[in-house]
Amino acid sequence: MRHPASVVSLLALAALALLGGCGKPQFSDAEKKTIASLALNTLPALKADTTNQYADVPAAAALGSTLFFDVGMSRDGTVSCSTCHKIDRQFQDDLPQAVGIGHTNRRTMPLAGVARNPWFFWDGRRDSLWAQALTPLESPLEQAGNRAAFAHYIKKRFGERYERIFGPLPDLSTVPANASPLGSETEKAAWNAMPASQQQDINRVYANIGKAIAAFERSIEPEQTRFDRFAIDLATGAAPQGDAAFSPEEILGLKLFIGKANCVTCHNGTRFTDNSFHNTGVAPVEGLPLDRGRVDAVAQVQADPFNCLGKFRDGDESACRELRFMVKDGPQTVRAYKTPSLRGAAGRPPYMHAGQFSTLDEVVAHYSKAPPAVEGVSEVHPLDLSDRERAALVAFLKTLSD
Amino acid sequence: MASIWRYILAGLGLAALLVGIVAAVYLTLPHQASGPDTSRSKKTANGLFVASFEPERGVIRQGELQSWLLTLKTAAGAPVEGAAITVSGGMPQHDHGLPTSPQATDYLGGGRYRIDGVKFTMSGWWQLRFAISATAGSDSVVFNVVL
Repeated sequence: MRHPASVVSLLALAALALLGGCGKPQFSDAEKKTIASLALNTLPALKADTTNQYADVPAAAALGSTLFFDVGMSRDGTVSCSTCHKIDRQFQDDLPQAVGIGHTNRRTMPLAGVARNPWFFWDGRRDSLWAQALTPLESPLEQAGNRAAFAHYIKKRFGERYERIFGPLPDLSTVPANASPLGSETEKAAWNAMPASQQQDINRVYANIGKAIAAFERSIEPEQTRFDRFAIDLATGAAPQGDAAFSPEEILGLKLFIGKANCVTCHNGTRFTDNSFHNTGVAPVEGLPLDRGRVDAVAQVQADPFNCLGKFRDGDESACRELRFMVKDGPQTVRAYKTPSLRGAAGRPPYMHAGQFSTLDEVVAHYSKAPPAVEGVSEVHPLDLSDRERAALVAFLKTLSD
Repeated sequence: MASIWRYILAGLGLAALLVGIVAAVYLTLPHQASGPDTSRSKKTANGLFVASFEPERGVIRQGELQSWLLTLKTAAGAPVEGAAITVSGGMPQHDHGLPTSPQATDYLGGGRYRIDGVKFTMSGWWQLRFAISATAGSDSVVFNVVL
């Protein structure tokens, strides 16, 4: 009599305990796994860049830092890398489109973790950080310089520092003051009149400028945020304390981000990016030149003499697999732009490749509505999120900035 | 009284047994209905070859360029040499193709071909299609990879 009764009450107790346990787990095991994959503590150590033998040479990084902030590195002495990549603003400029010597058609990208990118610019038209750094230097709308002038400038201002890192500068006595294959008609004519060996010498100095700037930029890494502290506590089973504790709204936002709203599909990994290109139906800005994204960048990166397969790469060709195996055509490249990292995004409106949205609310509303693309096919499907859900997503995104 | 308890206990025991059996069946059955066929070895569409597809280093790492091995045998088990292979694919549920253009880069002998440049940028259901052309004829095979 007593024995079966106690069995039943034990069973009842066990059932209750089970029900209690299943009552309201905050996150499923699958969700916990996803959250852990986003946390900064899983960011691997920065890999060596074998295409840039100076990438981890401190003197190169120091020279690169000098060049990064030097307005002398422009046609009229007014623009440096840091004009748009502002050190106190996450290395971006808060403008819808960057303004250098002229007005560009793209939003300045922030630099945290930039050395981890396989592709550079919104459309991936460069394939290494050092090749990227060279592009604004000669862009007429950005620093508007030319490589012959940069070589003369380096010799005059930083000759000794340069030679200590890269070896002797070439003889520049017969090199025109202004010459470049990409410059004005006079600059192009001056470039074409130079012997091939001299062009090669100047290109080598120019590539080294990019390698020094890249060495500096490798030190710019993402910082820990409230989300990371929350995620670490969640992974270790500790109760998040202080600002690591999420509000119910932030928890809902996180659940939507990794669940129903599908944000994590592209914004994945510790940097919240898949490093790939997608058409998300963001409309072009009226009045700006035609911009078709990745589809036009493919030919540009292939034609770049400073790309991984070019003669200015250090190390062997095995580092060039991204370029070698890139998607070269197909409808998916039309108006496709790089997935940006979301770390720090709340602190740097406006958003998208041409600053189309001025708030995160507008960004989330865009993805919820998912309008069709003006060209190509948007990969985004309507989510029809409620006001509460959209606000929760924005609340969660802010935890990546605090 | 005693017999009632006995019945209750027997009932509970039976219920527990039933739950156990259902759970065991559920856990051991292959979950065909919940996802695509992810077998790594299969016959090609027209049965010309038997194809196997494995990551060269054994593990799949999301977001990294990796090389895989495609092994081709005839139905009789002989290695298929000198095959021309083209690779395509994508994510059926997202209507997009592959983020890279994988290629057959090396023949490693024994019917093994290195497929380099494979990258899975997101979790979910991926498909890789191989169009294979060899002396025995042309055939194709689709492998599903779920991350």
